[in-house]
Amino acid sequence: MPSFGADMDAARFVQWQVKPGQALKRGDVVAVVETQKGAIDVELWHDGTMARLLAQPGQEIPVGDVLAVLAGEGEDWQQLAAAPVAATVAAPPAAPPTQAQAPPASTAPTASVAAQHARMSPAARQRAQALGVDIEALAAQMPERVVALADVERAATTAAAAAPSRSTAMRAAIGAAMTRSWREIPHYHVGCEIVVEEPLRALEAFNRDRPVNERVLFAAVLLRAVAQAASDTPTLNGRFENGVFQPADAVHLGVVTSLRGGGLVVPTVHDAHRLSLSELMSQLRAVLERARNAQLRSSDLADSTLSVSHLGDLGAETVQGVIYPPQVALVGLGRVVLRPAVVNGQVVAARTLHASLAGDHRVSDGLVGSRFLAALTARLKTLEPGS
Amino acid sequence: MLTTYREALRLGLRQALLADPRVLLMGEDVGRYGGTYAVSKGLLDEFGPHRVRDTPLSESGFVGCGIGAAINGLRPIVEVMTVNFSLLALDQIVNNAATLRHMSGGQVGVPVVLRMTSGAGRQLAAQHSHSLEVWYAHVPGLRVLAPATVEDAHGMLLTAMQCPDPVVIFEHAMLLNTDGELPDPPPAVALEGAAVRRSGTDLSLITYGGSLPRCLVAASQLASEGIEAEVLDLRCLRPLDVDAISASVRRTRRALVVDEGWKTCGLAAEIIALLVEQVFFELDAPPARVCSTEVPMPYAKHLEDAALPNAARIVEAARALMHP
Repeated sequence: MPSFGADMDAARFVQWQVKPGQALKRGDVVAVVETQKGAIDVELWHDGTMARLLAQPGQEIPVGDVLAVLAGEGEDWQQLAAAPVAATVAAPPAAPPTQAQAPPASTAPTASVAAQHARMSPAARQRAQALGVDIEALAAQMPERVVALADVERAATTAAAAAPSRSTAMRAAIGAAMTRSWREIPHYHVGCEIVVEEPLRALEAFNRDRPVNERVLFAAVLLRAVAQAASDTPTLNGRFENGVFQPADAVHLGVVTSLRGGGLVVPTVHDAHRLSLSELMSQLRAVLERARNAQLRSSDLADSTLSVSHLGDLGAETVQGVIYPPQVALVGLGRVVLRPAVVNGQVVAARTLHASLAGDHRVSDGLVGSRFLAALTARLKTLEPGS
Repeated sequence: MLTTYREALRLGLRQALLADPRVLLMGEDVGRYGGTYAVSKGLLDEFGPHRVRDTPLSESGFVGCGIGAAINGLRPIVEVMTVNFSLLALDQIVNNAATLRHMSGGQVGVPVVLRMTSGAGRQLAAQHSHSLEVWYAHVPGLRVLAPATVEDAHGMLLTAMQCPDPVVIFEHAMLLNTDGELPDPPPAVALEGAAVRRSGTDLSLITYGGSLPRCLVAASQLASEGIEAEVLDLRCLRPLDVDAISASVRRTRRALVVDEGWKTCGLAAEIIALLVEQVFFELDAPPARVCSTEVPMPYAKHLEDAALPNAARIVEAARALMHP
């Protein structure tokens, strides 16, 4: 089970999209899982042949558990399918020793019930699969009876009533991630005002002759500038894991995105520093559409190296962000406003925006943050759309 | 018009005799005695001894005569007193009536209608009381009917007269005195297809013939407990209406087959096998059956009652099915 962010520790498995024996390529969607961020397509990270599907629909699976066994090049998938799977599920932590050892007899009945084939009607089994009810768990709760259709439907209704709504779950996940960030990351904040009159005008000229679907939003200009500035400042771009900062080779920009129903997701624009303006715009458009339709893929969420919080035209003038772990910096961009600015010694009305950087003091200092903001300012002096 | 099952049978016979001069009724005591179960009372006077013929006590002989008459152009209705006695004529029915169209390459049809009483409940003991419908339902070449309502008792005989191949009709002894509304004129009925006699959502009681009234009583009682049973009357035992059986159980997901025959190798077993083949994944409980106890039918009243399916046993089995 891949992690789609520091705020995720498990997901409910929905369904397989592949079969054993199927030849697959990196990037193929193999399964769908349900998280607080919605249903997410799980993509493959390696080429191979699917050997064995382990996850069952309806199961709640912790991050890091094995979903399936994939045969690599030169491996016999049928042989792998027949082989026992090592450590599919991390063993639960051992119970603390109690004052007296529990008599073995007390565990025996449970073990024998579990060892028996659980009794469930074919109709119940079929409905459980459709409703995502874990029928084995249900059977374990009622060892004296056969699990019938009505039991499954009751369990599904109860689960639906008991389960927090997605927005509640998402809020809890955001809360957990931000609490962890605020508790663990010694934040510093630096900020500056950037005159963006020039790039805005250039963008308006750039867009003038283009059809609507090829026009570029100013947000794309900002993201591209952030990505390029980040590649100039490697100590802000990467991940802090197990006490060590690992700078990233590429800038995968996490775009903090508000959802209409409330909550946030942070989908990724990959290799943002290498993209032309038009390429970045089309990637941004695609990923935001997937985010808003709750159709994100695992690669949209997995590996961002720096995030940007930009509340857009309706947002506040300044944004002082909270870092999204395990990243080490977050760029906050305010709304573009018309202000008196000094340009070439003259006070003129110019469109400006406030940029801020939240940095992780374990990795960098305010000076690095200032250097980043200077690089960002430089990148926004003009507009070079790139090829 | 409120009519007894017996009157409906007699009306059917009379209409068949009136409709076609080739039709004759033959069998033990069908003429002067008016039929062992008084079904053919009055027909001898109306149609005369050529059309309503008493036969000697030789099932093999008179059933064979009927088959021969059918081959040669008549439309005989042969009454065999009980299904137990029909075993003496099994050779004629299974080796001749059922096979000749096939063995003659379609040249020889046997349009004979064989009527016989089946079932227990009248203290007639083990040689007059069995439900051996499945013996005939097993045989390709026969059509096997089990009318359970007055409409079917009347209509099935008349439609069977149109059938170019042998038809066996089972008239359950305990249905003869039951009554029901017979429309005037009575409608024609089909010789195939099961009928839902009561709709329900929780389980299907699948039955035929003499067990239909028991199932309807059981269904009313179950309804008072909040269990809505569907009652499916098979009507035709060969061919079975597989689609109707499957459709009912697809709706209810539980099946209880009620069959007065014995359980081992019986019709109920066949129906459950069909269900397992067709709707296994939609079943919410193992299919169950209520059949006669596996003993020769006892003479003593309390033992006979104990051996037969009844509403109480059906209700009990249905409850168990609802809470597996």
